[in-house]
Amino acid sequence: MENDLSSSPTPEPAAAPVVRIFGVGNAGIALLGPLATSEFAAAQFAAINTDAGAFAGSPATVKIHLENKLFRGLGSGGDPDRGRALAEEQFSTLKNACEGANVVFILAGLGGGAGSGISPVLAKAAHEAGALVLAFVTLPFDCEGNRREAQAQQGLEQLKAVADGVICLPSQRIFKLIDENTSLLETFRVIGGFLLEGVRGVWQLLTRPGLIQVHFADLCAFLRDRHAENAFAFVEAAGAGRAREVVESILAHPLLDEGHALAESDAVLVSLTAGKDLTMAEIHRVMDQVKRQCGHAQIIMGAAVDTALKDKLCVAIIAARQNVAPTNVTARAETHVAGTAPGVREVMVARTQRSRRGMVKPVQTQLPLTIVSKGRFDKSEPTKHNGEDLDVPTFLRRGVPLN
Amino acid sequence: MFDDSNIIAGLEIGTSKICVVVGEQNADGALNIIGLGQARSRGVRKGEIINPEQVEEDLRAAMFEAEQMADVEIRSVYLGVSGGHIRGFNNRGVHPVVSADREISAEDVEDVVKNAKAINLPAENTVVHAVRQHFFVDGQDGVMNPVGMLGARLEVDMHVIHGHANRLQNVVRLVRATSLEVDDVVFNGIATALALLSNEQKELGALVIDIGGGTTEYVVYSNGVIRHSGVLAVGGDHVSNDLAYGLKVPLSRAEKLKIEYGSALVTDAAKGQTISLTNELGLELKRINVGHLQRIMSLRLEEIFQLIAQDLERAGLTDYLRAGVFLCGGGSRVPGLVPLAENVFQMNVAPGHAAAISGLTAALEQPEFATAIGLVKFGSLKLRKRAARPGLATNLKEAFGKFFAPRN
Repeated sequence: MENDLSSSPTPEPAAAPVVRIFGVGNAGIALLGPLATSEFAAAQFAAINTDAGAFAGSPATVKIHLENKLFRGLGSGGDPDRGRALAEEQFSTLKNACEGANVVFILAGLGGGAGSGISPVLAKAAHEAGALVLAFVTLPFDCEGNRREAQAQQGLEQLKAVADGVICLPSQRIFKLIDENTSLLETFRVIGGFLLEGVRGVWQLLTRPGLIQVHFADLCAFLRDRHAENAFAFVEAAGAGRAREVVESILAHPLLDEGHALAESDAVLVSLTAGKDLTMAEIHRVMDQVKRQCGHAQIIMGAAVDTALKDKLCVAIIAARQNVAPTNVTARAETHVAGTAPGVREVMVARTQRSRRGMVKPVQTQLPLTIVSKGRFDKSEPTKHNGEDLDVPTFLRRGVPLN
Repeated sequence: MFDDSNIIAGLEIGTSKICVVVGEQNADGALNIIGLGQARSRGVRKGEIINPEQVEEDLRAAMFEAEQMADVEIRSVYLGVSGGHIRGFNNRGVHPVVSADREISAEDVEDVVKNAKAINLPAENTVVHAVRQHFFVDGQDGVMNPVGMLGARLEVDMHVIHGHANRLQNVVRLVRATSLEVDDVVFNGIATALALLSNEQKELGALVIDIGGGTTEYVVYSNGVIRHSGVLAVGGDHVSNDLAYGLKVPLSRAEKLKIEYGSALVTDAAKGQTISLTNELGLELKRINVGHLQRIMSLRLEEIFQLIAQDLERAGLTDYLRAGVFLCGGGSRVPGLVPLAENVFQMNVAPGHAAAISGLTAALEQPEFATAIGLVKFGSLKLRKRAARPGLATNLKEAFGKFFAPRN
């Protein structure tokens, strides 16, 4: 932190990272729309879809239409295998599209064919092209059915295995934020809004000259090879008690599991932005609470002044947890993405055979994420300490690798 | 129940072991340890009973052994209690002195103590101990006995240790079911500190950490009085469980590995060293990396110390521990624990020894027995006070917050 402080008076705009934002699938492309504001003028937009219809009206400068004769213009048809096969086929196109970027944002709605299928391949392509990959994805609502849920989970696992960071927003959680009368459009706008806040938060971290700067290198160190599961929150408050208000809303934020996500994270990035009247005491108050919540997590902090905010204080928090997902799933995802995925033809052949015999594709059921056995303490009262379950082995909670 | 018997027994029902220590107090008050009993404890998790029948069986075995060794019949015990539900905190009571001449009377002292004990506890909790720290007379600090002094305002600081009433009562009922009387219930941490610390060390300031099977108790003394106490429901069991999970071996095997190869710091020799586990036929089942084993242990033990250190930091006591840190309990047998604790606390750490008691060296040397010895010592202090001032038994009750007396 001291280093950052001492270097902050001489902001060097020289190393501004090249950011490319990809919208994948219908949902992803729809999310690009609201992003195309002057604030993001420096970013390059690209849209990828299997269905050409969605490109209309998109602000993207690069539009990649993944298509194959065999699909007869029907797109991926809600099947991630098709989406993946198409993307694998045009891997080099995707890689070219990522060439030269430092950071690649992937926006997608998981659950369908394009989002779940293409995103992991795109992430891999971007990774190979040397970019830091951050994915902002939504999971489907519970009411969209098991199949979409399972596809989304699988897509998420695969994405986590290849992307540097995945910020995932389960749509179902939005129910806590909307009321009975919220229209469908409004709901989608809220979900989109949350993801956009995420993109904007990271974007601002990278581009805005900060008083206490979060360097691009910090973000890389924070995310790179963590294959982490991230929770994201963006809160703002105005007025006299704004620091207190901000802390309260962080601790009550539905996306942070009411603060539990902080307790379980092993690295937390906090970025504060406010008008000229930002005081050290406010920074201290917010950070103190965050620190108290986080326990042993590594904390990276940034602060910036934006006169446009007037008396508002905005805080963006990204909490990353070491990925302790069942390794077999990840491994499977890896091999899938690594190229052994069925080619377009095989998928098609499999499809026709299946439909001929009227067989249902056996879908492997998935257990909920990350079950850590507590062994002999399974049935006893959990030992909670500041929100952490002390019965879970320490080395797991701290994410210490054993090799 | 209080006949002329000078036999005092301390009973600790721990998570891994049940310990009984029998002491004999001679005419001039000196304490001599004459018997020991121990049994593997199978019905306890995290310091609390989960299987009463099994505990009763183990308890009888331990009692039998102690009675055999001491050649006495044990009729009553001082019972140690622990568990994650036990908490300690400091509370201040205030009382205006109303008498015309402003002289503080014994009644004023009683009142102020009563005020200090009138605290907002959760409905299901009960006070185990309420220990006086210091009196303040018109803000004058550090008064030990204010009776006879002049003042307008009398205050007292007390350290109150409280816990879940039903859970505490469960242990007591179980012991009573084996036709033993319970003289008093004592928080394990206090008993341990009593066994390990000399008066001088209490005066200088000391931290006692008792790492047991299922719980870790810690108590801070400074200026001669107890300042802070706490329980973490984390102990040796957690270490074994971590090893079982991390090395993917059964719990029983993890326990053995812990004892054989365990260390609180990763030793240079262990790095990269592997051992092979064999089945009963001598065939190799699995290879285990000793470095990983010690890493897992080290992280868990370090975390325990860090949690305690954080708690003391919050209580602002870190700078008062001039005598240092004393470790005991079965967990303190782990090699390298002292340097690890020194790293975390940044002060002197020493394994505790039950001091100023004579008798069986076998008992005094073992860190597991410290609590039971402390319970005997607690009993002996109580007897001695009662003998010296028979009329003041009620005062004593207040000093040690009698647990059984019907509360008003």
